[in-house]
Amino acid sequence: MQVMVAMSGGVDSSVAAAMLRDQGHDVVGVTLKLWGGESDSGCCSVSDVDDARRVAQQLEIDHLVFNFSEDFDRDVVEPYVADHARGITPNPCIECNRHLKFDRLMARAEALGFDVVATGHHAQVVRTADGRPRLTRGADFAKDQSYVLHMLKASQLENVMFPIGGMTKDDVRKRATELGLRTAGKPDSQDVCFISHTGGGRRVFLGNRIDMHPGRLVDKTGEQLGSVEAVELVTIGQRRGLGIGIDGRPRYALDVDVAGQSVLVGTAEDLDVASESLHSFGWVDDAARVESLASSTVTAQLSAHGDEIVVSELRETPSGLEVVWATPTHRVAPGQSIVLYDNNLVVGGGLVSRR
Amino acid sequence: MAPSVGRYPLGMTSYLDHAATGPMRPEAIEAMLPFLSERYANPSGAHRFARDARRAVDDAREEFASLVGAEPGDVIFTSGGTESDNLAIFGLGSGDGAAVCSAVEHHAVLDPVAALDGRFVAVDRLGNVDCADLERVLAEGPVRVVSLMVVNNETGVIADLESLSKVVRKAAPAAVLHSDAVQAYCWTDIAKACSAVDSFSLSAHKFGGPKGVGALVVRDGIALTARQLGGGQERERRSGTQNVPGIVAMVTAARLAAEDRVSEIARIENLRDQLLDGLLAALPGTIETAGAARSNRAAGIAHLCIPGVESEALLFLLERGEVSASAASSCASGAMQSSHVLAAMGIESDLSRGSLRLSLGWSSTQADVDEALAVIPPAVEQLRKFGF
Repeated sequence: MQVMVAMSGGVDSSVAAAMLRDQGHDVVGVTLKLWGGESDSGCCSVSDVDDARRVAQQLEIDHLVFNFSEDFDRDVVEPYVADHARGITPNPCIECNRHLKFDRLMARAEALGFDVVATGHHAQVVRTADGRPRLTRGADFAKDQSYVLHMLKASQLENVMFPIGGMTKDDVRKRATELGLRTAGKPDSQDVCFISHTGGGRRVFLGNRIDMHPGRLVDKTGEQLGSVEAVELVTIGQRRGLGIGIDGRPRYALDVDVAGQSVLVGTAEDLDVASESLHSFGWVDDAARVESLASSTVTAQLSAHGDEIVVSELRETPSGLEVVWATPTHRVAPGQSIVLYDNNLVVGGGLVSRR
Repeated sequence: MAPSVGRYPLGMTSYLDHAATGPMRPEAIEAMLPFLSERYANPSGAHRFARDARRAVDDAREEFASLVGAEPGDVIFTSGGTESDNLAIFGLGSGDGAAVCSAVEHHAVLDPVAALDGRFVAVDRLGNVDCADLERVLAEGPVRVVSLMVVNNETGVIADLESLSKVVRKAAPAAVLHSDAVQAYCWTDIAKACSAVDSFSLSAHKFGGPKGVGALVVRDGIALTARQLGGGQERERRSGTQNVPGIVAMVTAARLAAEDRVSEIARIENLRDQLLDGLLAALPGTIETAGAARSNRAAGIAHLCIPGVESEALLFLLERGEVSASAASSCASGAMQSSHVLAAMGIESDLSRGSLRLSLGWSSTQADVDEALAVIPPAVEQLRKFGF
């Protein structure tokens, strides 16, 4: 097959490209230039492009760089900034997958005559008994990335490949070492790729783009307990920087009111909720919807490497889906994604609504 | 029918990126070889071998000067166009006046001017420097150096330096007028085109010479402060051991290009016109970026904007069809960057997104054109079908 493999310059996509080549596919490596601004980490720097190009040269496959920085700015960075300005905490990696890797890149690959887009994600595509494609967790559960890929519809899963999804990270590194790839020992990327760590992190990045407002910390009775430098930087569920209550117990952010410049704080128990409402919810396909609504084994994952939470009920609502927890669960910041699984198969996902 | 995406052997059948660089003239390769082997001495040395190398550099300098309409002492050999332009912008003239250039200059001029907080002159829709804006910008305050290119590297527009120089001399009599002539050597008589300027830069690999060698020509009496200090070569204006093989090869290539110039311009113009006319006919909506009149454009550059496609995707399909072309400039990562030249000309983004530069040179043939005309239209159709 003709495969376009997205190469970030990391070890996973390097080995993915090598495996595709060894399987006999016609492989072209592509590195996406996504961010034009300053950044010292992530998948956008010139040194990462150098790594990807060098690996492609070693593998004797063609390597291209696509400049999607305008799309990235419009579809990922600008919404990221705008959401923070209204107290919403998006996951830019998910938006990048949704808009860039599995929309823009897939469309271009198709136009250029490729059959498949491959990436180095730790996730796998499997088939149900009746032959429908489903996304499932990577074999290395600790590195599983199915959460950030949940937006892939069954129709898209027909045209994607995750060559290293069945391997452990150790095996990936071992394979890279055997192949003599320069990325074999490269550390995993961790942070938001367009935010420079040495440049002051999220605080400076957002501070350069939106007005920051000091905020009051208040409790349920409305009493002011302290203050924060910027309400825009507080995430629901956050503990750090909010101090200790008079009872000596840690405080958590329960709600952020940007317009009112206040943060409601409370105890860990106060964070617990019985359900979450999701908007922009999508099922993998209609069969997944029908089966999941009837299933008793649906679980939810609330963050990239979070635990599975047992779901007791799924209720369709005019705006999306309400997910009812089997036991009270810490609330999730609005804008974050909740991904539903049934027996480790991704069935759908959506964005947490404001309460 | 999608094109094959298999691996291809190196060696494109249609190379249409001569404005980026081209093959060396065989005679130029031949000329440099002795200076890579037995005639290897440093021209600054104090022995017979050194005098041999020195003689070669002196001969080259004299011949080069006569080819470009300058005096031998005006010629400063450098490592290429970017160094020459940097030396010019940072070093020409005296006083603390500003650096000024047009908005469509190559980055080798644009970025030094920006680094000096300089001022930029607008161009019109066809890529010509706006004389009224030039006057206005020059009048804003004291000016040390003005840089206006001869041939634009993207669009091929040839500037009328004769007229522009009059504006500069009148509005900023104290300013030094420099011109980036890097793309001009094959397509204009440099001696004539640059007769009205004080300084100009050239690069060997744009006219059949090797990469890594070029020249800055600065006329007698024009102040120049060196940027690179050391052994005092090039009359203290550019220190560093001369690239003797490169200089010899550059001048050989320059001689050949000058000898062929008139016939080559006619031959290449014919090929370029076939490209332009063929593509304009095959691809509705396509425009010639610098307008339909081709008289003030370099024979070797065809620049088009094809609506409904993205250059990045198109270039991939052309590569698969064994046609090597270019769009805008590439950044350090190899990614395409949107063109500051097209932006300055006010080309709408849906047009500039589909920009395509096909550039020809001394080794171009009818077969290059035929291949391109066979490959480009179906590639565009394929992308348009998918909305790219």
